[in-house]
Parts: sequence; C-alpha cells; structure tokens
Amino acid sequence: MSQLFDHTWSLVRFILRRDRVRLPIWILSFVFVSAGTVLVFDNLYGDDVERQTIAETMENPAMVAMVGPNYGVENYTTGAMTAHEMLVMTAAIVALMNILLVSRHTRGDEEEGRLELVRALPVGQLSSLTAVLLVLTFVNGLLAVLTGVSMAALQIDSVDLHGSLLFGAALGATGLFFAALTAVFAQLSQNARGTTGLSIAALLVFYMIRAIGDVMSEALSLSSPLGWILRAKPFVENLWWPVMLSVGLAIALSILALYLNSIRDHDSGFLPTRSGRTHASAMLRGPFGLAWRLQRTGLIAWAVALFILGVSYGSVLGEIERFFEGIDLFQQLIVEQSGFSLIELFIPVLSSVMAILASIPAIMAMLKVKTEEKNGRMEHVISRSVSRWRVAFSYWLLAALTAITMLFLTGLGLGLLGNAVLEDDLPLGTYIGASFVYLPAVLIMVALALVFIGFLPGFASVIWLYLGLSFFVVYLGEMLQLPDWVEKLTPYGHIPGIPLDEVNYGVLALMVAIAVLLAVAGAYGFRRRDLKT
Amino acid sequence: MTVVKTQRLSKKFGEFKALDGVDIEVQEGEVFGFIGPNGAGKSTTLRVLLGILKASEGSAEIFGKDVWKDAVDIHKRVAYVPGDINLWPNLTGGEVIDLFGRLRGGYDKERRDELISRFGLDPSKKCRTYSKGNRQKVALIAAFSADADLYIFDEPTSGLDPLMERVFSEYVHEAKMQGKSILLSSHILSEVEKLCDRVAIIRKGRIIETGTLKEMRHLTGSLMFIETEKPIPDLAELSGVHRVQAFDGGWSFQVDADELDAVVRHLSAFGIKRMESRPPTLEDLFIRHYEETETGAGGGV
Repeated sequence: MSQLFDHTWSLVRFILRRDRVRLPIWILSFVFVSAGTVLVFDNLYGDDVERQTIAETMENPAMVAMVGPNYGVENYTTGAMTAHEMLVMTAAIVALMNILLVSRHTRGDEEEGRLELVRALPVGQLSSLTAVLLVLTFVNGLLAVLTGVSMAALQIDSVDLHGSLLFGAALGATGLFFAALTAVFAQLSQNARGTTGLSIAALLVFYMIRAIGDVMSEALSLSSPLGWILRAKPFVENLWWPVMLSVGLAIALSILALYLNSIRDHDSGFLPTRSGRTHASAMLRGPFGLAWRLQRTGLIAWAVALFILGVSYGSVLGEIERFFEGIDLFQQLIVEQSGFSLIELFIPVLSSVMAILASIPAIMAMLKVKTEEKNGRMEHVISRSVSRWRVAFSYWLLAALTAITMLFLTGLGLGLLGNAVLEDDLPLGTYIGASFVYLPAVLIMVALALVFIGFLPGFASVIWLYLGLSFFVVYLGEMLQLPDWVEKLTPYGHIPGIPLDEVNYGVLALMVAIAVLLAVAGAYGFRRRDLKT
Repeated sequence: MTVVKTQRLSKKFGEFKALDGVDIEVQEGEVFGFIGPNGAGKSTTLRVLLGILKASEGSAEIFGKDVWKDAVDIHKRVAYVPGDINLWPNLTGGEVIDLFGRLRGGYDKERRDELISRFGLDPSKKCRTYSKGNRQKVALIAAFSADADLYIFDEPTSGLDPLMERVFSEYVHEAKMQGKSILLSSHILSEVEKLCDRVAIIRKGRIIETGTLKEMRHLTGSLMFIETEKPIPDLAELSGVHRVQAFDGGWSFQVDADELDAVVRHLSAFGIKRMESRPPTLEDLFIRHYEETETGAGGGV
C-alpha cells in the first residue's frame, strides 16, 4: 500500500522547481490586487457618505448578480466594501488558476508523454497526483495567509486581522475546492483539453447558479461553492463555516480523484470519447471554412464574453447617473459645457474601451495564419490548389467579420441593459453606432497584423504592444490630459465619439481605404516570401 | 515527356546554401527516387517544387510551368505528402481527408473509403490521438484519393509498419501503371531500390549522381569476395580495385566494371578456392559515394 505513494516528496519538489516562476507570480498577483483594492477603496471613498452611496448602488439586482448579495450596508466600511465587491470575482480567478495548474500537471503531462517517463521510474502509482494536490494545498494555503496578512498590514481600521485572514482563507479554500474538482475531471476526461474545458464549464455554471440564486433564491445560491463562500461575510460577520465546507469537500474530492486514478488506465478516461465526424461538413471546404472551424469555439466564447461586458457596462449606466446626481455642481458643469446628458458623455468612453477589447479576437483570428504556418499545417493548404492570396484573404475576412460581430454585440449589450436601467432611454442605434464607428480602427489593426505576417512574421506580436499602447492612450489619455497628438498615434484616436462629436465620414472612409491598402500589401508580402517551417 | 525539370536550382537561407545548382528531371510514368542524408537538401528541393519556398536562382518547372508563379495551376494536378506531418488536433482524420480533397478541387469518394480500409485508418478519431504512422496514413490517403498526374512524397514510409509499407508500394505501382509520375525522397534505400526507376543522390545541396540503378551499378562495378591458395600481395594496388578488406579467411573488395576482366585474370594465377560476386546494393553505392567525397579520394566513378 505504501508503495502507492513512493517518492511523492521528490515529485512535490520537482513540481515546485518547474513552476518556480509561475507560482510566485500567481500568488503575488492575488496578494497585490487584494491589498491594492483595499488601498484604492480607502482612498477613493474616504468618508462614510460616499461609501453609503456606493452601498445603495450595490442594491441594484444587476450588481447583486455580478458580485453577490449586499451585506453590512448599515455600516459599509472599507473592509465590508472590499470583501463584498471583490470576493467572488477574485475567488473565481483563483479557481481558474487552480484549474489551469492542475490540468497542466495531470493530463497535460500525461498527454505529452512526460508522466510515462516518471511512472517508469520507481515512483508510486498515486505519487504524481498526490504530489500535485499537495503542491496546490501549499499554494492555496500560502495565498490565503499572504493575502490576509498583507491586507491587515495596511492598518486600516475596518480591515482587521480576523476579517483579512478570513478573506484570504475564503480565496484559498475556493481555490482548493476547484483544484480537487479539476483532479476528479482529470480522471474522467480523455485529455488535457477535456479536463480544462469541463472544469471551466463547471466554474461558469457555479457562477451562474450563484448569480441567479443571489437574486432569486438563497438555497440555490448555497448549492454553489462560489455562493456559499460569500456567506463568510468577512469584516462584518466573520463566519468560518463556508471555508470549512470548501476545504472538507476538497478533501473528499481529492480522495475520489485518487481512487479513480488508481483504477484508471494511463492516458485514458472514464467519459466515453465521442467519435468524431467521418466526413467533413459542407462548411469545411476551403481556407475560410478551415479558419472558421479551427477558431469557432474561441470566437463564440469571445462573442459571449464581449456581450456580457457590454451588458455589465450597461448595468452600471443607471448607477453612474445616480452617482453624479449626488454631486450637483459637477454635473451642472459638464452638462452646461456640452449640452449632453451625463450618460451621453460616458458612452464614447465605454465604447472606446470595448472597441479595443473587441479588437483582440479579430487580431487573433488574423494572427492564426502565423500559428498555422509555424506548426507546419499551412503547408498542407498551400501545396494544394489554393493560392496564398486566397489564404490571406480568408483569414482576413474572418477577422473582419469577427470585428463587425464583436463591435455590434458590445454596443447591443450596452444599449439593451443601459436602456433597462436608465430613466430616459436613448435610441438603441446610438449605442450600436457608438461601438460600430470603431470598425475602421479595428480593420486597420487587423491589416497591420497582416502586414507583419507578410513582411516580419517573427515580430507579429508587436501588434499586441501597439494595442496595449492604444488602450493606455485612449483610456488614460482623457484622465491624464495627454496632448491631442498622442491620441492620434493610434487608429482609435481618430474615431469620433458618438453621440458627442460630429461624424466625418470622409475620415472614416479614408481609414477603411488605408486598412484595405495595408491588407493588400500584407497579403502581397505573404505571397512573395518563403513559408516558415 | 518531362514532368519535373530543374536547372541550376539554388536556394539560400541567409548565408547558408541549402541547394547549390540542383538539376533533376522526372519523366512521365516513372518513379524517381531522391536520396541523401539528413540536411542534404531533399525536403528543400521538394518544397521549392511546391512553391512553398522561393528559389534563389535557377529554374524549376512542373508540367512546363513555373513552380512559383503557376503554383495554384500546377497543384491541381499534384498530390504532396510532407515528411513531418502536423494535423489539426481538433479535427478528425476523415474531416482532414475531405478538406484536403476539396482544397485540391475534387477527389474520388469511393476511392477515399477504399483507401481508408486498405490502410486501416479510423477516420472518426481526432488527429490529436493519432500516432505518427496514422498521421502519415491520413496524408497518404488524401494524396492517393486525388486524381493527380504527379505524386510527390517526402519520406513517405518513415512511420509506417511493414504491412502498410507494402500497401503504399502497391499504390505507387498502380499509379505508375496508369502512366503517372512519382517523385519520392527516402532514407530507406531498399524501398527506393524496389520502387524507383531512376535515382538521384544529393549531398550538401548538389546532385552527385543520377541515373537508373543499372547505370549506377555499372559505374560502381561488382562487389567480390575471393579466397585463394596463395596470398595476393598486391591486391590493393591493382587498378580498378577498391575497399579491400580481409574477411572470413579471404578478401572482399569492389571492382570497376571495365577492369573486371583484367582483375579476374590476374587473380586466377593465385589458385582460386572460392569466389563470390554480387551487384552492389543502393546502400553500397550510397556509402561509397559518401566515403569517397568525404575523404576526397575520388576515382573509379
């Protein structure tokens, strides 16, 4: 029996060695974000009146669905505010970290054939999985303690040591629960992709159950690990049973995973593999069909995520209106200056941020050409009667359609929920137009990506730097009062803010023309160079 | 009719000259073998022929058309199987075969199914689960179900088991019978010997030998083993004799074809007890070429 666990500690050290950079980065990010949020909230909302205003906006069902039910509203201290607004989101990301780590160290290694090498050594049958679970226990424990201690170390009255440690423990316990759950899924599914997919799906379902439960039914919410952990209510009631519940279930799930691991064959799972199509669908008949088929899942996920982003921004529009109503002077100043309502002033800002985020999937769709080439799969396509022009155009077309869809969905999401919470509706077209007007800018980014693919394929990731710079300039430009020309460095800076600015269709048409020219130039470069293999 | 023709074909990667004046010609209806060690330029030549790489100098034509400019037209009549096959992990083998067929612009579905059963491939499995041999089968099935006039294979059987290798040989043979041309590169010399009508040996980007096996054998001469009653003092010095080695109580050596008569006459004076002769295998030719050019002690050929 003891042979089952031979050399577990060696493997623990081995995992720690392999992830000696990754693990500290993960842990420290959570510590900094948690402690940083406390600081930011304490500085932004220094007095009780301000916090009380926020507390009221948090009663909005849309906010409850996003971050969980309000508590400690009578005395919304900085501690209560941090825990209430941050706990479930942070816990979900801790859960994601655990899912990725466990999947990587279990099925990831198994799929790559590395585990086979380890198993051929005098190492126990269960040592590998046990080592992974031990490492994750250690990681989540460390994360809990460091987060708690660093929050308490800020010496803010309402953020006491007990509450801070509970906040940290709630994160760690949720992480451990998902680590153990992923370990179980790793036994059930056939490969790493399946393991990660099932686990993230479970995380999303648990989040949805909690969101619906928090708005409608307490019992429903308690059936989700993300729901019950919120009942710890750090800094207000300081309850430890939710943490215990998560840890207890994590132990039970770990034992189940170990048992399943002991009766399972190497490189197989318990869930039956669906046998795939014997014939290709009618859609899969050319480079465009292939580009779409390869990225379908990712693009659908992006579409859903960006729509939700639009909806989330929409849900806070009402709060923005109410928030600034409290500060009459400020509002009057702005409204008198521009002749627009506050919401109309905000829409272009939100649209610009969403447009930059919507550019990500579009650029990714274009850069897929490079991945295909690097992995030696472009050769199959090019060596058949498909011209490189057609390949470049197919991927460009998919990227352009992605841009159109994503911009439309963010605008739609913003408008649908915005109008639901606002007192004075705006036409839906205004929201969608504000988003959609960014299309020429996104098309220029996509075309630039193609230019890189055509001429400097090794430097294609520079496009992400440029996008990051654009985000920085557009997002912070207004706040930091950067000079106008800085904003003009990015295509996004040339787009008029609807409904504030007058739309100059000439400029937009010129941008589209530039995008087309760049795309053609990029495709030409792709046509005339060697394929890298 | 010449199907593939390259003239002084060169390809540079930066300073490195991967191909240095390659001249090959593949005739209609023949199986042409392309052999050479790793890094000699086999795959680079095939990739230039497919318009994946652009030649630095020289010309390359397939069906009389330029391989770079008219790539798409040429590819309608060409089927290619690369050496290192990467497929899309989330597509099934069946989907990939269909896709490849459609990208070529048409394929025979009945033949596809026949090939799948002959090669014993499960087309409903995702490519991520396929071993190297199975990925190779996917590419070979796609190639043979295409009605091409020229088949180009880069190391086609390196991952196949002996049974599948035979299936492959049969299809190559069948294609040849139908008057189609095949250009294949390989390490497996016995396979090239069995399949190919003509062979080119490439080394450091240059073709160092080309011709039919018979021609090459003639040039190289025979391999002999001899055991005599009296010792032969000057065997290694005889003109036309190479690679003399003591072996099993006698001597083994290689004799140039045009000196064979003189050598045998000379040796008979020492009282021959045993004498064996066999034609050189492709491996002998290959190794001899490499040893000679490697040591610089050319001669004979």
